[in-house]
Amino acid sequence: MAAPAAAGAFEGIDAEREVFWGFTRPQLLAFGLMLVFIAVAPFFLYPVFLMKVLCFALFACAFNLLIGYVGLLSFGHAAYFGMGGYLAGHSAKVWGFTPEVSIIIGGLAGMLLGWLIGMLAIRRQGIYFAMITLAMAQMVYFFCVQAPFTNGEDGIQAIPRGAFLGSVSMARDFNLYWLVAGIFVISFLFIHRVIHSPFGQVMKAIRENEPRAISLGYRVDDYKLIAFVISAGLSGVAGGTKSIVFGIATLTDVFWTMSGEVVLMSLVGGLGTLFGPVAGAAIIITMQNYLAEFGAWVTVIQGVIFVLCVLAFRRGVVGEIGRLLKVRL
Amino acid sequence: MDLFGIPAPLLFGQVLLGLINGAFYALLSLGLAVIFGMLNVINFTHGAQFMMGAFVAWMLLEWLGIGYWGALLLAPLIVGATGIIMERLMIARLYKLDHLYGLLLTFGLGLIIEGLFRNEFGSSGLPYRIPVELQGAWDLDFMFMPVYRGWVVLVAFVMCLATWLVIEKTKIGSYLRAATENPALVQAFGINVPRMMTLTYGAGVALAAFAGVLAAPIYSVNPQMGSNLIIIVFAVVVIGGMGSILGSVLTGFGLGIIEGLTKVFYPEASSTVIFVVMALVLLARPAALLGRS
Repeated sequence: MAAPAAAGAFEGIDAEREVFWGFTRPQLLAFGLMLVFIAVAPFFLYPVFLMKVLCFALFACAFNLLIGYVGLLSFGHAAYFGMGGYLAGHSAKVWGFTPEVSIIIGGLAGMLLGWLIGMLAIRRQGIYFAMITLAMAQMVYFFCVQAPFTNGEDGIQAIPRGAFLGSVSMARDFNLYWLVAGIFVISFLFIHRVIHSPFGQVMKAIRENEPRAISLGYRVDDYKLIAFVISAGLSGVAGGTKSIVFGIATLTDVFWTMSGEVVLMSLVGGLGTLFGPVAGAAIIITMQNYLAEFGAWVTVIQGVIFVLCVLAFRRGVVGEIGRLLKVRL
Repeated sequence: MDLFGIPAPLLFGQVLLGLINGAFYALLSLGLAVIFGMLNVINFTHGAQFMMGAFVAWMLLEWLGIGYWGALLLAPLIVGATGIIMERLMIARLYKLDHLYGLLLTFGLGLIIEGLFRNEFGSSGLPYRIPVELQGAWDLDFMFMPVYRGWVVLVAFVMCLATWLVIEKTKIGSYLRAATENPALVQAFGINVPRMMTLTYGAGVALAAFAGVLAAPIYSVNPQMGSNLIIIVFAVVVIGGMGSILGSVLTGFGLGIIEGLTKVFYPEASSTVIFVVMALVLLARPAALLGRS
């Protein structure tokens, strides 16, 4: 879908040589800039805000792995994000696990749920895939409304941040920030590695021409399902990290509006680009931060951005920058 | 009188409620199917347009003093006209792109409409009274049947039948079916296909608004009434497929009844049963139940 259009943007640009670990030179530069920003930003900006941006950047990257590289539009990623948040919160609060273990449990919850839903969703293509993922996510939402461990409307509150590996207290925002930053950077590199592995090449082949991939002997459904599980697992990690940061896991994170938000972030940043989802998450979270006082207008503005992006700005911010500089980012 | 250990009035009452929900599922999935068939766009705004129908009915009554019967005619026309404007200005630009862009665009439009209505009217909901002619209830011996509810089921059924007749049995319907199969060829015969697409979208939207007017006296008129419904309708569409008109109508009513029965026998699952049915159908039959996928 979007991917062929996005790929078309780079026609006429020489395939650039990958200089280091699958990064091209401009990508390596951009990655370096991002690392510098992550390292310097907490000294200037509010760490909790930055942690929120990093959680959503990871969420958007995980979502983008599916749409950008396999060509599957999931409209139900809130389910994995929210369930990861609930499970991580429950682990930290009720079972008393340390934050890193809780976040891993959140990721596993996302993977399990992604495996169950993915198995159903990959049976259909295109628009049906989007509708199935949306419907199944709504089912997860109704499950969370009723299930006892989520506390319904109240959500899981006062989730303790605990101590990293049981020894370094995460109560200070500044300490927790480095954990979150570490999770983000490792996950980002993991996604990059997946895209550039032989597995990732097959993913892109499926995106470009599924019947041909099948005729070449690839078991397309298995590849799709694995990509789906990876994406859902990382969404669970993102949700788990968010609930540890804010000490709360609520129904908002499993609701369909959250699925829409992650689509919007990826779209604004640029579908199928490596850095697009990160930029998109930063833009949307910043916008929400400044517009919070306008209440329901935030929904309207998000809708307007959706419409503008689809009509006039399909490459997204990073995609457009890449086009101007004639590089792949 | 008991059936399966359940008091008959309770059982039939829930079946009736299920039929009413089913009527809305059928009307909405019908509109989605008609639009998708012609435009290849999944109209995510459908829920918002359903909600607009209910709100326009409320505005006509409160601001202009036009009652239910006038609204039943006017609201679909007004909302359908907004749909035509949207199609001309925005949706028409996306036909050459991947279908998923249409989904994203209409999702954004839905957010805008819902947000605007929430700003203006809040989210608590407004009352809309049942018209005098349709108040009261019939005593059917085994249960009381509110007249309005019977009316909704009847009208929805007639509307579905009428849509089916128009598409299958009239000349304009044959153009529509032909253009769905092969727009280029139909255009070569001198039929204005882009205008047909615009009008089809308008008609699908009007159908959603019509359902909205029907729903106004039953549910409270509030900005979220459409978005929660449309996700269920998507599941209905996945189960029934969008290839056949009759398929969407039958699955719509059928799933409504299943939902109603679930409320009697296992109420905890009533909000999820349609999604469970969808999952089972996907497991058992990867292709759509009726029609092509």
